[in-house]
Formats: sequence, structure tokens, C-alpha cells
Amino acid sequence: MIGRPSRTGRTLQYVVLAGYLIFLGFPLVWLVSTAFKPPRELVQLHPTLVPSNPTVQNFVQAFTEQELGRAALNSLQVSLASAVLTVLVALPASYALARFRSKLGTVALGWVLLSQLFPFVLLIIPIFLVLRQVGLANTHAGLVVIYVVWALPFALWMLQGFVRNIPRELEEAASVDGASRLQVLRRVVFPLLAPGVVATALFSFISAWNEFFFALVLVKTPELATLPVALARFVGIEGTARLGPLAAGSLLATLPSLIFFAFMQRRLSSGSLAGAVKG
Amino acid sequence: MTAVAERPDVARRGKPRGSARSRSDRTAIYLLLLPSLVPILLLSVFPLLRGMYLGFTDARAGRNVDVSFTGLENYRELLGDDLFWNSFKIGLLWAFGVTVLQFLLALGLALLLNQQLRFRGVARVLAVVPWAMPPVVIGILWKLVYHPDAGLLNEFFHRVGADGLRTNWLGDFSTALPAVIIVGVWAGMPQTTVVLLAGLQGVARELHEAAAVDGASTWHRFRHVTLPAIAPVIVAITALDFIWNFNSFGLVYVLTAGGPGGKTMLPMLFAYEEAFRYGNYGYAAALGNVMVVIIVALLAVYLRRRLREAN
Repeated sequence: MIGRPSRTGRTLQYVVLAGYLIFLGFPLVWLVSTAFKPPRELVQLHPTLVPSNPTVQNFVQAFTEQELGRAALNSLQVSLASAVLTVLVALPASYALARFRSKLGTVALGWVLLSQLFPFVLLIIPIFLVLRQVGLANTHAGLVVIYVVWALPFALWMLQGFVRNIPRELEEAASVDGASRLQVLRRVVFPLLAPGVVATALFSFISAWNEFFFALVLVKTPELATLPVALARFVGIEGTARLGPLAAGSLLATLPSLIFFAFMQRRLSSGSLAGAVKG
Repeated sequence: MTAVAERPDVARRGKPRGSARSRSDRTAIYLLLLPSLVPILLLSVFPLLRGMYLGFTDARAGRNVDVSFTGLENYRELLGDDLFWNSFKIGLLWAFGVTVLQFLLALGLALLLNQQLRFRGVARVLAVVPWAMPPVVIGILWKLVYHPDAGLLNEFFHRVGADGLRTNWLGDFSTALPAVIIVGVWAGMPQTTVVLLAGLQGVARELHEAAAVDGASTWHRFRHVTLPAIAPVIVAITALDFIWNFNSFGLVYVLTAGGPGGKTMLPMLFAYEEAFRYGNYGYAAALGNVMVVIIVALLAVYLRRRLREAN
């Protein structure tokens, strides 16, 4: 793979690469195109790739359409709360896991892998029953609790890695200089940990923002539905004319994850986050 | 914290050695871990165990007071349930289809992206875009592509003069499953590509150069240098992909909801219907147990064979 391939070999490589990019990219182009089409162009039998009269009407409609606008707001609230809580809960534990060798660390790591094995249906029924017993069924609070618990194993795993990267000597030096434990944490550890905290928060934000199954089952009141659930309902009632707002809403739902990926690009290409975002 | 950090052995073995300081440190460690471990135990480990137990009961919606233990009754019923066997068959077809196709395509793309090609940076960004999309949005996106009237695919066939190929891709008995498999591949390919690419980048260049000097062809170098070097990565990612695919729900729920006529009824969709449409909690949980057993069994066979080959 390192020797220089012939000219035809090179050309072939570019052709194949182009094929891949069309396969991966073209549906997206279609989504963008649909989102900008006025209603008349959506119903025409032979649709065109480039809208002849592009419009932002679909976006306006997606936002003002009670269902999708409110759902986006619901998703924002739930995801923000999940992100903040996950970091707050995971931060002390990851410090303990990174600085003191313990069996618990191994167990937490093992749970990350193990939790991938189980079909959600095994968890969802008992969780549903537990939430109902404590009065959190059909609430955003209940959803947030589940999202935090679900993001925790991976958040712990990720954050403790960041803590490990902070040299112990820095902490020791500070304490030799007379800093108290809390001062060491506040002045030395937390500032160095900031990128890790941001990454963990983004990770839990995105997993909550994208999550569909728990949101579908645990929240029954339409006014409380998150964006993925509202979009899925929208699909159910689609007529061809509704495709425009649907596409626009879908693009809006993708924005946060796109920003996340732009931010995490370097880590993603190094493969270190490869297990993080699951389909 | 430094006092403890200097002797982690104390914390690890939990022997206080009579020092008051280390005992308070151990308390501190547990206090630090508590906020994480308690919720995980209460809302993840415990529900999982309870879910497994439910599979041996007659639990139903609205009847969670007098649930009785019914032993293997649910499993006897499952064995005789055509809908279960259908979803099991569809689940295997889907999981194998998506995992294998996804792996082959991702390997090709990873090999290309590992070359010194122009536009490689752009290509790498584009290649992970599907990964950034919520599964529900991917489902919607492909509904637009497969739409019988206003869809991209049918329009493409019209433009190239192959109107005979136009069809209702998701609504037709014969095309529904292949159509959703393609979507599964599209959605899962970026992650597999990134993992394989990371594996490829770990392959020592010297090995390749030595083999090239010895006159080995590109294919030989791929077969005897690259492939063995990334074998562990391949084993891990295909195993994980298979599990994720076998357990997947949202994508196909949005695309077809299991239709037409159960042709895309994955086990999770079947379990969802049983539990939340008909209220058969015990039965759905039993299906979940069966899926765990199947996955563990398949994994054990696969990993043992692959790991033996890799050694």
C-alpha cells in the first residue's frame, strides 16, 4: 500500500473514492434540496435536484409548527440537563478511578462493554415500572435520569482517561507549596481537565439529543415529546406536501451533532472515540 | 489527595495499617464513587436483572401487583410463535447482511483513506457525516430517497430511462428488507471505517517497505502484512457491529415499522409491539432473554474461531 501505484491504479482509486462519496453524500444533498423546496415542487412527479424557487418557508413552518418547535425546545432542555448532571456526577468518580487503583475501575470499564450486549427491551420494562413507582414516568425528569445513567459508564471511562493525563507531579508540587487539597483540585486539576469536561458534556448532550427508544416509550404526553419522537410522528402523518417541513426539521435536528463532530474531528479520526457514538 | 496518591496500595488493599489519615481517605474515595455507582446500580444493573426475571413471569401491563412466576411458559409459547420465528429470521438476515456489507465497504474506504490521495481530508470529513445524524433523521432521509413518487432513487431510474425499475422500495415485499439493509450499511459505515482506519494507521510502515523491497505484489502485501496486523481490530468491530445491528430499533421503526407484512420486523420491533402495544411485558422480556443468549452464543463461537485464526 505504500509503493507508488501506476497511473491507472491511481485513477481507479479516485473513481472508487468518488463512488463512496456519492453513496455517502448524495442522500444528504437530497435532504438539503427537499428542505428548500416550495410545496409546489414537492408534489411534482419528477422532482429536480436543485429547487427552482428555493425557499426557507419549510424551516419557518418546522419551527412555528407547534409540534416540532416545542419538541426542539424539549430536546434542548432534556439534553442540557443530562449533560450537566452527567459531568457533575462523573467528575468526582473519575478522579477517584484515575488516581486510586481499584477493582471498581475495572468493573466500570467492563460494564461499558457489557451494556452494549443487552437489548433495550430488557431494561425498558423494569425502568418504566420503577419510574412509575417513583412518579417520574411521563416526565422530562425521568428521561434525564435515564440518560444520565446511560451515559455514565462511558463518561466515567472518558473522564478518568483525561485525569490520568494530568501528571501527578503537578498536584504534588502544588501541595508541597502549601496548597490544600481543595486548592489543588481547583487551581491545578480543574483547569487542566476543562477539555475533558467539555468532551464528556458534549458526548452526553448528543446521546440524549439523538435518543429515540426511551423517549418514545417513557414519555406519552405529546406536548412533552422530544425532537426525534416528534419527527417520527411527523413521518407517520406525512402527505407529500409535508415532506418539506419534515426535511427542514431533520436538518435542524442534525445541527448539534454536526457541531459536536466538527469539534471532535481530531479525536474521531484518531479512532479514540470510535466506540462512543452508537447508532 | 497527595497523601493517598503516594501510596495507592493502601487504598487498593483497604488495609488501614492503623493510620487514621488513610481511613478517612478511603471514606473519601467511596464518597467520590457513590454518586456514580448508586444510580448505575439502581437504574441499570437492577432493572436488567429484574428484566431477566420478568421473562419468567406472566407480567402484563396494568397487572404488576400479582405477577406470578411461570417458569419456562413464555419460552414454550415463543417456540410455537410464528411471529417470533419470523422476527428471529429477519433479525439474523438484517444483522449479518448489514455487518458483512458494512465491513467490506468500510475496509475498502479505510484502505483508500489511508493512501496519500488528494482531497483525503475532505473525504475523511464527508465519510463520517452520516455518523453525526440522529438515527431517526437517517430514517427520514432515506424515506425521502425511497419515496415512491417524490423519491431520489425512482427519479434516478426515470432519468436513466429505466422506468421499469421504479417501485415502492419500502412498501414492496421483495425490496423492503434489502432496502432497509442498505440504510443500515449507510448509517453504520462511518464508525466501522474510522475504527479500521485507526487500525491501518497502526500497521508499521517498515513491514510494508520490507515486503515491497522483497518484490511482494500489492495483493500479497495486503493479504500477508496488512490483514494479519489488523485482524484483532476486524474481530472486535465486526462482533460489536453484529450486536448493535441485532439489537437495533429506531432506524427501521421510522423506515417501515416492521412492515410490509412483517418483512422487516426485527426482534426489537416485535418485542416493542408485544410490550407496549399488547402489554405482554413478561413475553417481551422473555424474548429479550432469548436474544441475549443467542448473542452470547454466537459471540462465543465467533470469537473463539477468529481469535484462534488470528494467533
